[in-house]
Amino acid sequence: MDGFSDIGGPAQPMLTIQGLQKHFALKKDAFGRGGGVVRAVDGVDFDVFKGETLGIVGESGCGKSTTARLLMQLITPTAGEVYFDGRTVGGRDLPLKEFRRQVQMVFQDSYASLNPRLTIEDSVAFGPQVHGVSRKEAVGRAHDLLARVGLSPQRFAERYPHELSGGQRQRVNIARALAMQPRMVILDEAVSALDKSVEAQVLNLLLDLKSEFGLTYVFISHDLNVVRYMSDRVMVMYLGQVAEIGPSEALYESPAHPYTRALLSSMPSMDPDHRTEEATLAGDPPNPINPPSGCRFHPRCAQAAPVCSQHVPAPVAAGASQGVSCLMAEPGKGHPLASALLRRA
Amino acid sequence: MTTLTIPAAPPVQLAVPLPQQRSRGYWAGAAVRFTRDPVALSAALVVFLLLCMAVLGPWLVPADPYAASIFNRLKPIGTEGYLLGSDELGRDMLSRLIVGARLSLFVGITPVIFAFAIGSVIGIVAGYAGGWTNTVIMRTIDVFYAFPSVLLAIALSGVLGAGIVNSLISLTIVFIPQIARVAESVTTQVRGRDYVDAARASGAHAFTIIRVHVLGNVLGPIFVYATSLIAVSMILASGLSFLGLGVKPPEPEWGLMLNTLRTAIYVQPWVAALPGVMIFITSISFNILSDGLRSAMDNKG
Repeated sequence: MDGFSDIGGPAQPMLTIQGLQKHFALKKDAFGRGGGVVRAVDGVDFDVFKGETLGIVGESGCGKSTTARLLMQLITPTAGEVYFDGRTVGGRDLPLKEFRRQVQMVFQDSYASLNPRLTIEDSVAFGPQVHGVSRKEAVGRAHDLLARVGLSPQRFAERYPHELSGGQRQRVNIARALAMQPRMVILDEAVSALDKSVEAQVLNLLLDLKSEFGLTYVFISHDLNVVRYMSDRVMVMYLGQVAEIGPSEALYESPAHPYTRALLSSMPSMDPDHRTEEATLAGDPPNPINPPSGCRFHPRCAQAAPVCSQHVPAPVAAGASQGVSCLMAEPGKGHPLASALLRRA
Repeated sequence: MTTLTIPAAPPVQLAVPLPQQRSRGYWAGAAVRFTRDPVALSAALVVFLLLCMAVLGPWLVPADPYAASIFNRLKPIGTEGYLLGSDELGRDMLSRLIVGARLSLFVGITPVIFAFAIGSVIGIVAGYAGGWTNTVIMRTIDVFYAFPSVLLAIALSGVLGAGIVNSLISLTIVFIPQIARVAESVTTQVRGRDYVDAARASGAHAFTIIRVHVLGNVLGPIFVYATSLIAVSMILASGLSFLGLGVKPPEPEWGLMLNTLRTAIYVQPWVAALPGVMIFITSISFNILSDGLRSAMDNKG
């Protein structure tokens, strides 16, 4: 198993997502009632560029993890296309097994994602063996990677997951992902279950590994500070759709979408100059079975106008490289505050 | 008042070379937990003694278990030469109980072993595949499950005809749906774990994932459930013998002995109850043993 050559050159996005949808059908009862669908991911487009870290943030239930599993092809999308380095995933040029050599995932629950009956080295060595690497070589690679993520192979290789702490287990999961020599790693809330000091160590480890192995990350988290620390670009999701996407600094400094602003203002700040001024978000996100009409955020939006419940906002450019889905960014649609937002952007 | 002082410790050698730490394997850990459970251990001892009895039976008996004596029928427990009395044909009860262990355990354990093998395969395939495959397999299984197990065993034995082999086959068929359902539910649980998703994300084939990641995590619970079925199997097999569908006289088998002695229940109630006592001891020992195995195999505690 060799490393993978860059197919489309640096300008070709590593991953292109077009119109990705995942609707989960609800079971009908005996009388055929109640058979709705949960629109977990409902029409998502974005690119992940080579060598970058794309952060994905949003509240619980906004479709972050579903998106991750869709990217990894662990669940089949209802609609939409995933292109990896310009080639359709699962198509003739890029069979699923091939794709899965190049893209790996780290899960949130470090315990559930390790087989309790396998030793650490067996867990890490499993993937390469699937792809034809001999057991001896796979175990050797596992030892190297365990050492690389800070776990001495002499002490840990033959231990079982329940004998490790959460941070150590998550290091094992990272080593397992890297054992496949992937080009891209999807980190689904990979540090959310760790306590703060361990989280910081693992984050720095991830940054080191990224530059060492030339990886591309999709970093999913609900923690805005962590996402800012890790990401080159950030995508904000709300109720299965992209609210805003843009470079990390620009998005955190001048958020274009009212939801992003509300999220950012809900971050506790130690700086008196950055005290919360806008109303933070109240209540829970609406039910994705029956999402609000028009802009999905309008029931909770501080700047909502009547037009917001009638028109679905399209993604438009805001600023140099930010994209936002908000009627205030579309002057023609009749939102009274449309110009205000443009001035900000 | 005494002061608590700790004598100055010799300087600790800090850079202790860490030995290669081979941690106990999962099964070794389970074995250690099992040996710390006195109840389960005594049940295991009883089961062991029963198995010894089954294997060594013919060499242990004080008298010929088939030798009838018209003058010594239905002797009470403690009679000279008949330590546990004699049955309705004057045969020594102790000898028959000892020799009967072999057949009784055989008809108790064999169907469970076969049902364990077949039912696990069905259940694991259904559980791992999910979706339509699961629905089709499990609803078919449910058809069998819908019959009470006694009724199903009798009906199948009746159709297949009397005899030990046929009663073993019918008991196997009775237990397959039960084991398949347990296997399916455990596999469905394991299927949803992240480590199975991680294995799928590595591009592994379904059979590889089942072999490496699923089997080790589901066989334990299925095995424990199957152990508890041994007691049921013995009782059902006894029932079949009782109805004349299983073991034929004069072979000593506890269920059959219980059947033939029932007419003597008013004459010698204690002697007549002895085969029932043996069935009871065996089934409760297997039940306690399987309970002990279940808790020993739970490594999260």
